[in-house]
Amino acid sequence: MIPTSEPTARLRPGEGAIARLACLVLQPVLTRVVRRVAARHPSLFARLGPHQATDFLIDPVELPFALHLRPDPQALVFRAVPRDTAPQVGATIRGRFLLLLELIDAEQDGDAAFFSRDLEISGDTEAVVRLRNALDDMDGSLAEEASAMFGTPGRAVLARLRRAYPDATKPREYA
Amino acid sequence: MSLAELICPAGTPAALRTAVDAGADAVYCGFQDATNARNFPGLNFTPDELAEAVTYAHARGTKVLLALNTYPPAGKVDLWRHAADTGARLGVDAFIVADMGVADYIARMYPGIRLHLSVQAAASSPEAIRYYCENFGVKRVVLPRILTIPEIRQIRREIPCEIETFIFGNHGLMVEGRCSLTNYLTGQSTNMDGVCSPASDVEYVRDADGSMSSQLAGFTIDRFGPEEKAGYPTICKGRYAAPHRPEGYYAFEEPISLNLSRLLPELIEAGVHAFKIEGRQRSKSYVRGVVRAFRAAVDDIKAGREANIADLIALTEGQKQTQGAFETKKWR
Ligand code: SF4
Repeated sequence: MIPTSEPTARLRPGEGAIARLACLVLQPVLTRVVRRVAARHPSLFARLGPHQATDFLIDPVELPFALHLRPDPQALVFRAVPRDTAPQVGATIRGRFLLLLELIDAEQDGDAAFFSRDLEISGDTEAVVRLRNALDDMDGSLAEEASAMFGTPGRAVLARLRRAYPDATKPREYA
Repeated sequence: MSLAELICPAGTPAALRTAVDAGADAVYCGFQDATNARNFPGLNFTPDELAEAVTYAHARGTKVLLALNTYPPAGKVDLWRHAADTGARLGVDAFIVADMGVADYIARMYPGIRLHLSVQAAASSPEAIRYYCENFGVKRVVLPRILTIPEIRQIRREIPCEIETFIFGNHGLMVEGRCSLTNYLTGQSTNMDGVCSPASDVEYVRDADGSMSSQLAGFTIDRFGPEEKAGYPTICKGRYAAPHRPEGYYAFEEPISLNLSRLLPELIEAGVHAFKIEGRQRSKSYVRGVVRAFRAAVDDIKAGREANIADLIALTEGQKQTQGAFETKKWR
């Protein structure tokens, strides 16, 4: 496995502390979301095959932290990590936050985002392809599902995010 | 007028349902092994998934075509025969085949199920196509992407089967079913293992200036500047330095996609029976966008209206599109 994690941006003064705080606050939410998704979409793991044990770094470029995912059904890991303490991983997926969210929800095409250079991948390409295909085979919207877990406030946060990053959705609809 | 059926790709059960819901007349898919030419990690169907997919598609009047379009290595035909047996048991509407041995097995064992000749068979002359029709009862040929529309019209007059042509998608067309470029670098065969540029051999390397190199089995295939659009890491679309072109150039093809949306009326008039959209490796988002766009266009043409095809450039490789040889033989 090729270690590929590399911090994308130099931290501004105080950013490290903000990142650490954000990670702490987010962690219970992430843990709940990933457990729920795993329970509701067990077929996801079959498509991942041997890469259930691979560590992924999902790196939303404009957020102060990245997400570390190990999609192992026996020992799921999904945690927010400050970039300066990100672990060595097998594969990294980098792009704007809402683009990543829309890729997960199949509202955007991963290959198109790669061709346009909005999406960057490094490390083990097979791991990324498997993760992409596993997520693409899920019906419904993960973002909606996750936000709905937190009721009205959850949905409000998602709507706000979508408003806050309108250009991450370009081109939004192809037909 | 031909029927202008829309034949749509499905790499996963969810993509299949998306294609059916978006208006596909038929969906093509494959098993999770070397029997089809998109044997990519995490893609394709288990037999159980295919059974559910057939039920879903048939309930909505959509056909399911099973791609068995790779070539079994000598003495290793069992995997292909078993896949054909499973497909027949699950009620697929047709098999898409390239290899004569596979065609022969299906023709003998399942004479009631249609055989379509894959583009991987590279049958481009009336003589070759007639051979498959006469010996294996092939009902439809998927033509290689090297023919002009007048040539297609001429072939149609001389063959006893339907014609299917690609209308959108990947445009890597060296010599279909015969390309050994991947084999040369990785040891895996596009035509027997079902993979071109296997993901396990691909690596993307980001340089300090924001450029990106795509590498296959350690060989650099291309290097894209920070703002430059990228393509698939396929050897045929690579940019290479040569003594006469030290700056590097696309020696075979460039990253580009086929888009025949403007030629649909002419293709129908030439006798093309079915239109194929490439892209089993693409996402549901691609399937939804492209199938919807071509469904609307074909329906408009059938109703005598002018087709107003949606802009699909964002989904094309390198964000460039071409009409390739369909427009002119001078293409490449
Ligand atoms: S290298 Fe190009 S022409 Fe050859 S199989 Fe791959 S995509 Fe097709």
